[in-house]
Amino acid sequence: MDPEQFEYVRSLLLERSGLVVTPEKMYLLETRLFPVARRHGCKTIEDLIKRYREHQSEAIAVDISEAMNTHESLFFRDNAPFELFKKTIVPELLKRRVNKKKIRVWCAACSSGQEPYSLAMILDDLSAELAGWQVDIIATDISHSVLERAAEGAFTQFEVQRGLPVQYLVKHFTQEHETWRLSSRIRERVKFQHFNLLSDPRALGKFDVIFCRNVLIYFDLATKGQVMDRMVNVLAGDGVLFLGSSESTIGITAKFWPVVAGRGVYKHTGGAPCLVENGAP
Amino acid sequence: MKSCLIVDDSKVIRMVAKKILQELKFETVEAADGKQALDACLVSMPDGILLDWNMPVMSGIEFLRELRAAPGGDKPVVVFCTTENDIEHIQEAIEAGANEYIMKPFDSEIIQAKFTQVGLL
Repeated sequence: MDPEQFEYVRSLLLERSGLVVTPEKMYLLETRLFPVARRHGCKTIEDLIKRYREHQSEAIAVDISEAMNTHESLFFRDNAPFELFKKTIVPELLKRRVNKKKIRVWCAACSSGQEPYSLAMILDDLSAELAGWQVDIIATDISHSVLERAAEGAFTQFEVQRGLPVQYLVKHFTQEHETWRLSSRIRERVKFQHFNLLSDPRALGKFDVIFCRNVLIYFDLATKGQVMDRMVNVLAGDGVLFLGSSESTIGITAKFWPVVAGRGVYKHTGGAPCLVENGAP
Repeated sequence: MKSCLIVDDSKVIRMVAKKILQELKFETVEAADGKQALDACLVSMPDGILLDWNMPVMSGIEFLRELRAAPGGDKPVVVFCTTENDIEHIQEAIEAGANEYIMKPFDSEIIQAKFTQVGLL
């Protein structure tokens, strides 16, 4: 790929999904875009890009963007956020939302579904306490193909061994030849929906907890700020935002403030005591 | 430094596991069947045990039952690591007192993830 074409694809990805591709990642562009080229009947990536520039085909643009967005995911990734959710946040919500009896959680870049399904399995453990409550887990991603896969709830042997305690495997999965399929009881707890983090999330409604982990790292600084600032509008006053354990809002936005409860845990700056702090509002 | 007993009748598997576990800063001991593993445990209980299922002399599941019945045998964290990858075997292992279960083939990432889950890392 010549530098001019690289630059063209780079700006296409930045515009469409906020993805930053540095020149060192050129190899990644080439390995991921080759299957896209073949799918569109092009011999080379150069032909694919030429075709896109001539016809401005939306299908090609969507495929390029989906192929480049990372889909790496583990069950119970980093564990600590899930412990906090189970041991502190849900018990606190049971107290603070006792009138509404409604809890809403957003997984903002759910990929193949491991994160929302991990939360769904935790909520299943707490189903006695949550009897009579409505719990929504809204899981969104920019990639349609990834969302379809996630909704299937079918995972490879390799995937179910990454982060998933074996007790959960036995309890919630059945084996179908080479794949492990999550029970419909858990799958039905999660609602998958297409959403681009570069757009306004207010149509999704308000959330008590937002998981937006290990996504911002792929965006440039200005985009990170915009995404964060829009999330402020959909997080409940005492809500909690989870970023990746190595991510922070420093230099990105002043609207979220770190909470001592754990790494990557945030609340509204100057807001009421959040779900992981003492003192119910 | 934590200790881990590697129980597998395949020398190649023991070697691969040993390399991965030493990179994760474990002191490793090896056994080629359940009987050898039990003898090693009765001398000194390791922190963790990576356990194959099918082995001559004494199988992994037989070893696990004897281990859990032995004095101090409730201490080691036992992670099965076997080609038996159906739900019945996994259930049997959990009932016998296994803490985790790895389905072969495995790699360093799976061992690291499972050992973290059970608190060995």
